[in-house]
Amino acid sequence: MRTFLERQRYLLDYTLSSLARRKGKNLSLLAVYTLVVAALASVLFYTQALRREARLVLRGAPELVVQRLAAGRHDLLPDRWVGALAGIRGVADARGRLWGYGWDPISRANYTVLVPEAFWGARGEAVVGHGVARARGLAAGDRLLLRAADGGYLSLAVREIVPEESELVAADLVLVGEEDFRGLFGIPPGLFTDAVLAVRNEREVDTIAAKVTRLLPDARAIGRSEILRTYDSVFGWRSGLVVVVLLGAVLAFGIVAWDKASGLSAEERREIGILKAIGWETSDVLAMKAWEGAAISLAAFALGVLLAFGHVFLGDMALLAPVLRGWSTLQARFRPVPFVEAWELAALFLLTVVPYTAATLVPSWRAATADPDAVMRS
Amino acid sequence: MRASTRFLLSLAAAVALLAAAALHARAERAARAPEIAARAALVRRLGLTDLCLFTEARYTRHPSQADRFAPFQDHPGALEHFPSGALVPAPER
Repeated sequence: MRTFLERQRYLLDYTLSSLARRKGKNLSLLAVYTLVVAALASVLFYTQALRREARLVLRGAPELVVQRLAAGRHDLLPDRWVGALAGIRGVADARGRLWGYGWDPISRANYTVLVPEAFWGARGEAVVGHGVARARGLAAGDRLLLRAADGGYLSLAVREIVPEESELVAADLVLVGEEDFRGLFGIPPGLFTDAVLAVRNEREVDTIAAKVTRLLPDARAIGRSEILRTYDSVFGWRSGLVVVVLLGAVLAFGIVAWDKASGLSAEERREIGILKAIGWETSDVLAMKAWEGAAISLAAFALGVLLAFGHVFLGDMALLAPVLRGWSTLQARFRPVPFVEAWELAALFLLTVVPYTAATLVPSWRAATADPDAVMRS
Repeated sequence: MRASTRFLLSLAAAVALLAAAALHARAERAARAPEIAARAALVRRLGLTDLCLFTEARYTRHPSQADRFAPFQDHPGALEHFPSGALVPAPER
């Protein structure tokens, strides 16, 4: 065993000195490889952090949301619907909700205007999200003007600002009382945006959702588990973001692997020929090449993962955040909480280290099994 | 010092840094648990359904409440809200 380890160390010594002879090429390869791993790991860390956060935070989302659809579009529902929903066996409570979107031409941003179940402010008052306060330069006590459906303006006194730590869920919220909401959007009494149901037994949610659509065929019921699943799919392995970055990384790897697999440089072939001529076995050459692949890919993996960790959790996603922000002028500012799963790191390892190491072995095996004289002459 | 010793020591240092990152993540999760709890409490109190990630369109602001047609309700043949529209796939239903 000791002899084996010593042998491997000598091989590693030789590999490192061989890599050092082509310092420029190998360092640039290491840099590109590290950046590919860092880009992939950044997206993985970020999406995983958001997915876990969504799962933890949205556990308190309504158990069942019922929308009315009219001609394929979300429509307002009448209060008799709320009564009918409350009458379904297994429903503990049904409540009509009022919420909608308000376009603010001053900050050129969309706000989510919402009436909480028990709004704690008075009529004419609003509680605004930190993002809204930032976009409009508001502080508690200031006035917020919103354009109403009738062409006039609704002036609201800012009662308080939702704490900054809640930006991830509340950056664009404007919380108002029912009268102000109906006045702002011109929605007559007796109509609601949607309804939320509290269910007696959580395991019966699917059954109750089926009862809802049987009772009200133009209704659409959305359970809490579907809300959570939405975020799993938005930030899952199959999500657009991951696919876009993964595709880039896979292509980059494809080029590197193809370059490696399509042949060694003349210098590398000569080196293998000389090694064979002075008595190296084919297995020694392959072990040396395996060490070469492993040394580069392990170093790139470790550096890439460390860079990604620093970028996402310490550097506030400085490089990826502009991509994620989109068109909106109102953006939530938040620092992702580091949730890193071991299996994701293992998958990243398998996707990056193994293919590269394998790609270095194939052409070396071809050169190492050929006649040393022919290899040196070619 | 042998090259292999230097390399193995650097690799060990990288592994130690990765372990430190894992410990940092753990400490950060514990330290910021009240912050997550506050967000969860706000979600429960207001009956919120979505994270506020992209505010430019209805189907990106509330992906869980949107349907397949939502992206096209803004206007027919709507220009994609890039890049968030590319990041948030069409709802499953």
